[in-house]
Amino acid sequence: MSGEEFVPLSLTPLLIGTFAAIACALPGNFLVLRKQALIGDAISHVVLPGIVVAFLLTGVISTWPMMLGAAGAAVVAVVMIEAIRRLGQIEPGAAMGVVFTTMFAGGVLLLEQTDTSAVHLDVEHALYGNLESLIWLDATGWSSLLDWEALAGLPPELPRITLTLAGVILFTWLFWRPLKISTFDEGFARTIGIRTGALGMALVITAAIAAVAAFDAVGSIIVIAMFICPPAAARMMTNRLETQIIWSVVFAITSAVLGYVLAGYGPLWLGSGDAVSAAGMIATISGLILALAAVFGPCRTRAGAPSSA
Amino acid sequence: MLELAAVQGVSVEDQGIDNSPLAIRGLTVSYGQKPAVFSVDMTVHPGAMTAIIGPNGAGKSTLLKAALGIVPPLSGQVTVYGQPLGQQRAHIAYVPQRASVDWDFPTRVIDVVLMGLSRELGLLGRIRARHMARALDCLHRVGMRDFADRQIGQLSGGQQQRVFLARALAQGADLYLLDEPFAGVDAATEKAIIAVLKSLKEAGKTVVVVHHDLVTVTDYFDHVFLINTRKVAEGPVAEAFTAETLQAAYGGRLATAQIDQISRALG
Repeated sequence: MSGEEFVPLSLTPLLIGTFAAIACALPGNFLVLRKQALIGDAISHVVLPGIVVAFLLTGVISTWPMMLGAAGAAVVAVVMIEAIRRLGQIEPGAAMGVVFTTMFAGGVLLLEQTDTSAVHLDVEHALYGNLESLIWLDATGWSSLLDWEALAGLPPELPRITLTLAGVILFTWLFWRPLKISTFDEGFARTIGIRTGALGMALVITAAIAAVAAFDAVGSIIVIAMFICPPAAARMMTNRLETQIIWSVVFAITSAVLGYVLAGYGPLWLGSGDAVSAAGMIATISGLILALAAVFGPCRTRAGAPSSA
Repeated sequence: MLELAAVQGVSVEDQGIDNSPLAIRGLTVSYGQKPAVFSVDMTVHPGAMTAIIGPNGAGKSTLLKAALGIVPPLSGQVTVYGQPLGQQRAHIAYVPQRASVDWDFPTRVIDVVLMGLSRELGLLGRIRARHMARALDCLHRVGMRDFADRQIGQLSGGQQQRVFLARALAQGADLYLLDEPFAGVDAATEKAIIAVLKSLKEAGKTVVVVHHDLVTVTDYFDHVFLINTRKVAEGPVAEAFTAETLQAAYGGRLATAQIDQISRALG
């Protein structure tokens, strides 16, 4: 494919999909090890009341207020999940289940109370972005990457997800050591002065922000898949956390690129005319990678923690 | 009841606190309605090896965790070398119960030992050759030098316990607190651990161990602290570890035969 075709039509969705996948996979590594990976699923539900409240407050359907509402709801939810987990001394899965069903149900009620016939508040549209539509019409070829006028026409999702990814990378790099220690041994971490409660909260809030930014660009299905599949597959490739992170990023990129290409051209190659959903294909590829790692990964068996000792 | 404990915590005599590696006053911890540790005072003797002893569920581990700020106490004060705990973390090394972590965590033996250097390394400090050499030396001291590159899940229980001890050694602390280090380990590991702890004592360090095997108390330790939610006895083994204090701590749960055995061991 030539640059005239690739740059306007495929470059931006590919970049956005890849960045979103990495932004979710990075914190996903820690969430999987902490058995909190379902937080992605939880966040995808709790953003509903946030979006409805943002609409009720502003009265308009526009991206920024809704994203802020979604992010606010996600943060409220993860704080509530942590609080319930710690105060109730129950497992994280139970705390998530309680919070996200309640908040989602609240969102549905709120939505019902608003006059959706007058203003068409389509949550699907506001939230579950369409990757293929994020095209860069101002671009004419590779040279447009150096053309300020054309760059101004980039879909706004791209700078948003780029900024989010930069934040996620910064957080992971800066707090790498305390994150690793407190994930492995929380008690020890506290004795050396790591504020494990605050750090755990920062991790889930980072995940929540990544999730909301990615929802806006690529939809919820990718987010939920990317929090779990690349890190879980990466865990079965290595016994070192440092290497696991690298594998998870490789798997996230592979899923995004391969999924996008297959969704666009796969049906064509098979003789069918229409392309399929890129988001669905990306999530499917990540699931396939996980399945392959589970069957062929070198570290797929539990190392045999001594149960009888 | 619990408020009373808080009041008591303030009013106890404070002698010996300033030079004690670990002084606890009026510590009460509760996980629910019933307190796990109730209004406990403890003054750890410097340069000694102290065993914390008591029946199952007596609050031994909880006492240690609350003293270290791992679980929040309802009331009480903790000082380390006369200062609040928060300023003295560099002086403390803690070895948690082996079962408290997931040994499937993707990390190697040497990485776990290097965690003991993390206060020194800070957030972004690079691990240099001298750090690596120190971590390997700590592994050598517990007889695990050859296992440095193994994944931690591939170790036996005793080997895991020794890795935890090596991490504590890497911290270079003055006060070592160990939670049941001998639980479920092989005889070789028990010998290796006790040898390391005795060498720490010879180097002037203070060691506190939550211990469950009454028979070895007189061999391993010179001070004991008996607890059954409340403090039962505290002091040198010869004074505080007697048939009477054991009966008081364990009540009917300690068979007469066991008491006889321990009495014989005590001479």
